[in-house]
Amino acid sequence: MNFLDQIWLIPLFPLLGAALMLLLGKKLDPQPESEVAVAPGVEPIYEHGHDAHGGHDAGHGHDHGDAHAGAHGHGHHHSPLRFLVNLICPGMILLSFIFSAGAVYQLAQLPHRVHQVIQFTWLAGLPFHMANGQIATFSADWGFLLDPLSSVMILVITGIGFLIHVYSTGYMAHDNGYYRFFGYLNLFVFFMLMLVLANNYVLLFVGWEGVGLCSYLLIGFYFHKKSAGDAGKKAFIVNRVGDAGFVLGMLLMLSVFGTVRFTDVNAILRNGHFTAETAGFGVLSAMSLLMFFGATGKSAQIPLYVWLPDAMEGPTPVSALIHAATMVTAGVYMVARSAALFQLTPHTSTVVATIGAFTAILAASIALVQNDIKRVLAYSTVSQLGYMFLALGVGAYWVAIFHVFTHAFFKALLFLCSGSVIHAMGGEQDMRYMGGLKNKIPVTHWTMFVGSVAIAGIPGLAGFFSKDEILWQTYSSPQGSQLLWGIGLATAAMTAFYMWRLMNLTFYGPSRAAEDVQAHIHESPVSMTGPLTVLAIGSVFAGWLGVPKLWSLFGEGFRSFESWLAPVFASAAAEAAKEGAHDASTEWILMGFSVAIAVMGITIARYFYYHKPGIPDTLEKKLRPLHGLLYQKWYVDEIYDFIFVNGLCKGGGLLLGAFDRNVVDGGVNGAGWLTRFTSRISMWWDTWIVDGTVRFTAFFVKMLSYPVCILQTGRVQAYAFFILVGAMAFLGYYVAR
Amino acid sequence: MLDTVLFYIFGVMTLLGGILTITRRSAVHSAISLIVSLLGVAGLYLLQHAEFLFAVQIVLYVGGIMVLFLFVIMLVNLDLAAKERQFNRQWLVALAAVLAAGAELGYFFYRGKDAFRLADVAAALPGAEALGNTEMIGNSLFSEYLLPFEVASLLLLVAVVGSVVMAKKRI
Amino acid sequence: MHPITTVHYLALSAALLLIGTVGVLTRRNIVIILMSIELILNAVNINLVAFSHMLGPDHPQGQVFAIFVITDAVAEAAVGLGILIALFRNKETVLADEIDLLKW
Repeated sequence: MNFLDQIWLIPLFPLLGAALMLLLGKKLDPQPESEVAVAPGVEPIYEHGHDAHGGHDAGHGHDHGDAHAGAHGHGHHHSPLRFLVNLICPGMILLSFIFSAGAVYQLAQLPHRVHQVIQFTWLAGLPFHMANGQIATFSADWGFLLDPLSSVMILVITGIGFLIHVYSTGYMAHDNGYYRFFGYLNLFVFFMLMLVLANNYVLLFVGWEGVGLCSYLLIGFYFHKKSAGDAGKKAFIVNRVGDAGFVLGMLLMLSVFGTVRFTDVNAILRNGHFTAETAGFGVLSAMSLLMFFGATGKSAQIPLYVWLPDAMEGPTPVSALIHAATMVTAGVYMVARSAALFQLTPHTSTVVATIGAFTAILAASIALVQNDIKRVLAYSTVSQLGYMFLALGVGAYWVAIFHVFTHAFFKALLFLCSGSVIHAMGGEQDMRYMGGLKNKIPVTHWTMFVGSVAIAGIPGLAGFFSKDEILWQTYSSPQGSQLLWGIGLATAAMTAFYMWRLMNLTFYGPSRAAEDVQAHIHESPVSMTGPLTVLAIGSVFAGWLGVPKLWSLFGEGFRSFESWLAPVFASAAAEAAKEGAHDASTEWILMGFSVAIAVMGITIARYFYYHKPGIPDTLEKKLRPLHGLLYQKWYVDEIYDFIFVNGLCKGGGLLLGAFDRNVVDGGVNGAGWLTRFTSRISMWWDTWIVDGTVRFTAFFVKMLSYPVCILQTGRVQAYAFFILVGAMAFLGYYVAR
Repeated sequence: MLDTVLFYIFGVMTLLGGILTITRRSAVHSAISLIVSLLGVAGLYLLQHAEFLFAVQIVLYVGGIMVLFLFVIMLVNLDLAAKERQFNRQWLVALAAVLAAGAELGYFFYRGKDAFRLADVAAALPGAEALGNTEMIGNSLFSEYLLPFEVASLLLLVAVVGSVVMAKKRI
Repeated sequence: MHPITTVHYLALSAALLLIGTVGVLTRRNIVIILMSIELILNAVNINLVAFSHMLGPDHPQGQVFAIFVITDAVAEAAVGLGILIALFRNKETVLADEIDLLKW
């Protein structure tokens, strides 16, 4: 079986799953429409003591540790064919994973680890003029490119995707629209695979848009809730804004290079035609900046990150898959894929790094004070994505991908655990009403523990290796700076703190939940805890694939990630950058710093939230303005709302409405008024001038006639007199001549 | 000399009669004055050796027209009219205009006095007494002016018919 | 005594003409107006005869013309008086001033 040649099957399987769901889903799993789709974690968190069972039936009392392989069927009548859904959708993803693994294995055997398969020319060639006057043909093919970079991505997507599918069979068991959910998930995986497997930017963009669409569909899954619909819209629209930049960048690329295929573009960029634009801001910098703008939309960086926290309206598996592991890393992938371009544009790279760093710290600061468990994780995602972009910006491309890899594990783990917690709490998401769950949901607790340790950057687990490498590269790379390193470090401290705040509030200490909620706390079924365990193991060991050079005692084998990705990012400039200041002792010191910071963060969190729970409240009261600022997410949403939504949209709408009413309608009315006015003038003219002339003529004649009338007396003698006068006048004239 | 005296007598008669005609209140008086004036004119004709015309004037004018006038005066009963105001309102203007016309005529005379042998004494009467006045008029009338003669007769016919029609009580 | 020339006759004729004109224009009584017209015609006749006489006995044209004038005067007087009678029957007046039906 030549997996390499059958790459096209990898995205096809999920597509098939989605199509089957679309066509047959309703038959397989019909659910009564009257049941509104409500799942644990949907209710808003501001109602304390609200019966989180909301739309569930009253008869929802299931015993703990219930190990169902499939549906939780209490009080809901599930179709017996539901197992088919469970079989088809996760099964398709499993097939994709198997094929991906096979393809990657075969790729590794190749001497030159690039395998491009062009299925057919998708967009026919349209000739056009490039920027330098040459004629090029715009054509995009439906082709797949498997190289180390995309191989990492497809393994992550399909592997973690499969685990999340399995998890969802347990989590979404109570929901209406079960088949719809899985259909959308499969569709998402299809688009994501298209994105990472594409061999040209246009096909990548297809995947890009597709995952945006699926994100919208999945965020707004509980479409009966207005907030979910709004969140879906927000996600899509903000993404769209970024996409505009992406498309512009792509078109600029087309005009400059004449092609959008990755291999061709990289060849053009690396063969010396273009020199690094260190001096000013040239066309390449514009191109890369535009594409990065698109990435900010997809990967939730400043200024387009605002959709990600709201995206938590969707079900938790969605948050795990899309907004932790895969979709949000699409931007990182795209920038990494365009590494050749970014390597030539140091200014844009600086922009990327700066934005990444500031996003990281901004999001971390907001996460410090959030009360919704999923919100904390959402901001954590934004923050970690900032790290990835920081890595990309300083030229450490493989490190960014490495962080994507490890982050996928522990963030998906954290989200799924939080879903498990919410499930256990019967829908409660506010951490203030949790606590003391450690003994009640042990599996969830331990897996989440592993995940938190990983993200905090404790040595030995996944997050440590990748995060530390990012910090080191930021410090040492010529494109990095100490300021950025400092920001990264501070963010690491905050990360540790808020994660352990979450842990303490959720699992440790006394339970602050309502009595009836406490009674219902139960561990999740195996369908949910199984993936958690797998991911936890992954979180521990995934990092060992990218051990830094420093730990050379572990041998070359453990540096496989870097070497695996090396051919993708290889270029003279990159090599030179990386071999820069590689001072061993500095690295150790910095490593020590970051570990110490992490430990400190953990300790402080433990102190605040376990030992002395009163301290946070006093701090909050003392620093009320700061707290308010952080809690309200730095008012960014409000500002955006004011400027863009209300300002541009509503204000623009009002303006346009005013424009329409006053100018356009005014014009029409004015035309009507003008017509009436001119008609009045015309009427006046007609009455007074035209008729006036006629009447004046008559009047004039009449006036002339008055003297004549006087002459006509009717008396003959008067006439005789005039005859005499006339005759005499005549004669006089002739005699006088 | 006799001519001169007679001329002046007849002239005065004519003019005086005319003036009286236009100024009398009573229509009969005016008629009588007119008769006198016509007689004076007849005399003037005679002085100018227009015997036929003299006769015609007497017979026709005085004997015909003036009698007609008198008949009509009697017919229309002018007693009432005699009590009215006699001169109309435009008499002053008319008088002025006529005097101007008179002045104008005088001017005509003055300008044209060389055109005619006006100063000559009238008619030296060379031996052209071969034909008498009446005979001469008759010759002229029936040869040279035959057509006007006939037309004049037609005119008289029309006048007769017309006056009869006009004066009838019922047409 | 100076001899009577044609001028005298012309002057006389002119005077008679003017008298007649005054009468026409001034008197209100229509009969008098008609009589004044006769005066004017006679003045014309005098003029004609004077010129005829001036030209000599072999020029009777003036007198012939004068005959025609008299004929005309006759016709006119007859018809005019006829009109007067008709007018008198209808309007009971012989005053020219009072006949202004054709006033504007």
